[in-house]
Amino acid sequence: MWDNLQILGLAPVFNVQLLVNGVLIGAVFALAAYGLALVWGVMNVKNLAQGDFVMMGGYLGWWLAERGLNPILALLPVAAVMFAFGWVLYWLIIRRVIQRDLFTSLLATFGLAIVMQQGLNLAFGPEVRTADSGFDTRVFFDGMVTVTDIRIVSFVLCGLLAVALVLYMKRSRMGQAIRATAQDARAARILGVDTERVYAFTFSLNSAICGAAGVLISMIWVLQPFYGIAYSVRAFVIVTAAGLGNLPGVIIAALGLGAIEQYSGFVLGAQFQQATVVGLLVVILVWKQFLMMRRRENLQ
Amino acid sequence: MTRGSKILHAGILVAGVAAPLLFPGYTFQFAMLWIMILFALTWDTMGGQMGYNSLGNIIFFGFGMYISAITQIGMYYDVGEYTAAFGAIKVDFSDAQYYGGLALGLVFAALASVVLAVVLSWVLLGLRGPYFAIGTLGIALSAAELTGAWTYVGGGGGISMPVFPGEPEVRSLFFYCLCMAVSIACYLFLRWLYGTRFGLAINAIRDDEDKAEAMGLHTKRYKTFAWAISAFFLAMIGALFGNMTGFIEPMEVAYPTVTFGIFMVAMTLLGGKGTLWGPVIGATIFHTLKEVTWTYLLGWQWIALGLLIIVNVVYFQQGILGWVKDRKPEWFGVKVDAAMSADAAASGSAKEAS
Amino acid sequence: MYKTKRTFLLAATASAVALAFAGPAAAKVEGDKIILGSAISITGKYSQEGKNARDGYDLAVKMINDKGGVKVGDKSYKLEVKYYDDESTPARTAQLLERLISQDGVKYVLGPYSSGTTKAAAPVTEKYKIPMVEAEGASRSLFTQGYRYLFAVLSTSEQYLASAIALAAETAKKQGKKPSDVRIAMAFENDPFSLDVRAGVVDDAKKYGMKIVIDDKLPRDLSDMSATLTKVKALKPDLLVVSGHTKGASTAGRQINEMGISVPMIAMTHCESADIIGKFGAGAEGILCPTQWAETLSYKDSLFGTAKQYNDLFLKTYTGYDTVPYQSAQASAAVQVWADAFTRAQSFDTEKLRDTIAATNLDTFYGKVKFSPAGNNIAKPMVLRQVQNGGYHVVAPSEWASHKLVFPRNAGGAKQASK
Repeated sequence: MWDNLQILGLAPVFNVQLLVNGVLIGAVFALAAYGLALVWGVMNVKNLAQGDFVMMGGYLGWWLAERGLNPILALLPVAAVMFAFGWVLYWLIIRRVIQRDLFTSLLATFGLAIVMQQGLNLAFGPEVRTADSGFDTRVFFDGMVTVTDIRIVSFVLCGLLAVALVLYMKRSRMGQAIRATAQDARAARILGVDTERVYAFTFSLNSAICGAAGVLISMIWVLQPFYGIAYSVRAFVIVTAAGLGNLPGVIIAALGLGAIEQYSGFVLGAQFQQATVVGLLVVILVWKQFLMMRRRENLQ
Repeated sequence: MTRGSKILHAGILVAGVAAPLLFPGYTFQFAMLWIMILFALTWDTMGGQMGYNSLGNIIFFGFGMYISAITQIGMYYDVGEYTAAFGAIKVDFSDAQYYGGLALGLVFAALASVVLAVVLSWVLLGLRGPYFAIGTLGIALSAAELTGAWTYVGGGGGISMPVFPGEPEVRSLFFYCLCMAVSIACYLFLRWLYGTRFGLAINAIRDDEDKAEAMGLHTKRYKTFAWAISAFFLAMIGALFGNMTGFIEPMEVAYPTVTFGIFMVAMTLLGGKGTLWGPVIGATIFHTLKEVTWTYLLGWQWIALGLLIIVNVVYFQQGILGWVKDRKPEWFGVKVDAAMSADAAASGSAKEAS
Repeated sequence: MYKTKRTFLLAATASAVALAFAGPAAAKVEGDKIILGSAISITGKYSQEGKNARDGYDLAVKMINDKGGVKVGDKSYKLEVKYYDDESTPARTAQLLERLISQDGVKYVLGPYSSGTTKAAAPVTEKYKIPMVEAEGASRSLFTQGYRYLFAVLSTSEQYLASAIALAAETAKKQGKKPSDVRIAMAFENDPFSLDVRAGVVDDAKKYGMKIVIDDKLPRDLSDMSATLTKVKALKPDLLVVSGHTKGASTAGRQINEMGISVPMIAMTHCESADIIGKFGAGAEGILCPTQWAETLSYKDSLFGTAKQYNDLFLKTYTGYDTVPYQSAQASAAVQVWADAFTRAQSFDTEKLRDTIAATNLDTFYGKVKFSPAGNNIAKPMVLRQVQNGGYHVVAPSEWASHKLVFPRNAGGAKQASK
């Protein structure tokens, strides 16, 4: 561990590599986390299947890419399919857990996660899959830092998507309805907002965002039916750190998490890379709890 | 105890003793049934009776397993040398060493787990509702990762447990008896406990923690104690399970968060949470169904499990016992006033509509 | 009153349970069928490898049955395998082995996939004195416990990368350096098999006095190893070894390529099942892959013919494979060992069969099978293949080598050829 820190001190260029890798992948985490924050904030559903939506989107993208479609272009049809998938799920399951006690949504979506994992396994097989974006790798500092173009492209796409979402939430009728429902569902209903439709739309939107994140993941990292939980945990870490309804916070937390993962893998060793993420989740929860305890409040 | 209840308990005891003798080939599965019952019972102490839904109780199971393994091997050999993949030493235990180690391992596992529970309660039991669930899930996942990174206990390579000195049939029966004893002890203890002031206190915490505290209950102490009870029994059963399996490793055997960790919750919900018998019934039905159908579903079993959880949680949350209670409250000694129940139903549906 | 009703309810449940458990115990030999049993990974993290192994078992069973089955006495028996899904977890393996043996009455066992599950299976078969021929558990520690009923047709894990280390030492000498100057970077998955391979590498490295500069353990849900590879870039080792089943090879293959890692020699396990050539094309060029078996080797037997013929038959029978993973080949060989044992023992007695298996001296398409007293196959070497011009070619050990080692690995090729 000490030696690894020394490397970073002696050859600072590797910091650049770690930061670049972390921040670029963090942008993709931000997508899934933003979706979670949306669903959590608007309809108070804690979606533990978040990561499995990401994987499903990835597999759909991979499947289209295998059939000759450019994986970047696959973003659109995958998002559309995932939107529809979310819509169906909403009417089948989620609708019934919204107003129930909080653990219900957690457990119901956990069940959903299990079904989706195994469904993906049966549909696409357990093999590790990767989609090829067809982009090149950029080399800086004499080969010391390499960045694949797909990471840059996906970073830009994530940024565009974030801007589009913000504008949509601010400007469109539906966006306003969503924000109104999040503030006070009952008041929104009295003022004529069809909250049921708002919920369905929000959940489907989340599903579509996750699907898009999945397509990007399929080109940057690898897909496997059982990897979903890692993305779910990441999304929870980011949202608990940033708080609900705080898009800038979510983005900063996500980029930070990406970088922290890289640093922990580098300094402590790859065996601690995952442990750092889950560890952070616990630390953040406890820290928030500690802050609230001083005001004699509870995190709930 | 009423007469009926006496007959019931005696009947279960007889069935428990008779089962492995009548169907010796199934001893291992019967032992698993007792383990499942204990899982559900201990989960319900926190989740059902106290309203603290944990997704990470499995941490005590794995922790107990590892503490016991370290004790059993460490008493006679160097654990680090034994687990090193490079230059593994061959171990041999005499009968006395084996049984002595196992007994001590069980005790240490239980005690160490209680200590762990108390330590974790400082950081976790302040969290409420879904945060508690997520926090415990995080703790269990990181426990698996950290144990995997600990080379002294073999890391992800795992530990081969000491071999039972005796015939395979005796071995199965031996562990069956231990599992049954621990589960029954757990049941009897909880049965007594729920009847005391403690039971009322944790129910009060479930119903409204702030009010309970305002009434002068030292909620923190109650919560820690309930958490420690779960830890105590889970650690013992974990130690036994490790020995029954013969080979332990962190990810899949010791901290199986998405299998055993979720089964606990699913079984309790299936049977009806917040009751003494609900977890027992849920575990029995779940385990039986699972053993009968699971291996024939070849890949579809996880879909079935996931669907079971969804349907159970979304459409049938009161569980089997809860459902019976709704239908036949008089069976449970609840007197039903027709006018009042109509009233309650009306207000209930009004609440739902709001 | 209410308690008696509850009693009734529970009594009904209890009797239902008892009934459900009371299935009939099947026999080891049913009519003209010999039932072999195996708990194999159909779901979970090893489901891909588990499928490879199952296809291997099934192909051998089919071939043996098509050729008339196994003759014991004057009767011919067909083979059949009873599978359970162990969900890739050792906890399940032990339970299912108990189930196969004590409930289903299976007396002849084929191994599960992976060292971890085999470690859980071996104590069970040992206790019941049921012979198990396994093809997928390579961990060396399986063969230091004195198991009598465990037989493995494959080479043990410390041999996986031994020839890569030897090769690195040899190359160093050729370049006028000392073998002890060689610096090794290691990335192994944190699971019993890979840690065992790692132990073998550490062992060999010590022998040559080589220095290990990176020793990372990859987590279970591995989808990124760029942090480890950044370290590789910083420390510039002479040899990089990676082992993490199929997903490890996929991830490493992709990121080594993307990050332009220019280590002169790279060795990793499971190249074939990860299909690194198909996935990464020129980017996989020069990677060294240890294999238990290769279709170019000159082994043959009377059932499948040559290794090449097995290869063709396999590809014809199962779709979805570009190359035959050695996991399938060795699974087929394990079935052949069972068939051979029945024929030679002319008996169904497990003790007799155990002794017969111990005395096996069989030539198969997969290589020679001959067991040491500890139960591992000592008659078959591991070979090391290198990806050259889009194909796997044996480069070591020298007696099997068909091609010369390309050293250093053509690192620049990755980037130029990437598109």
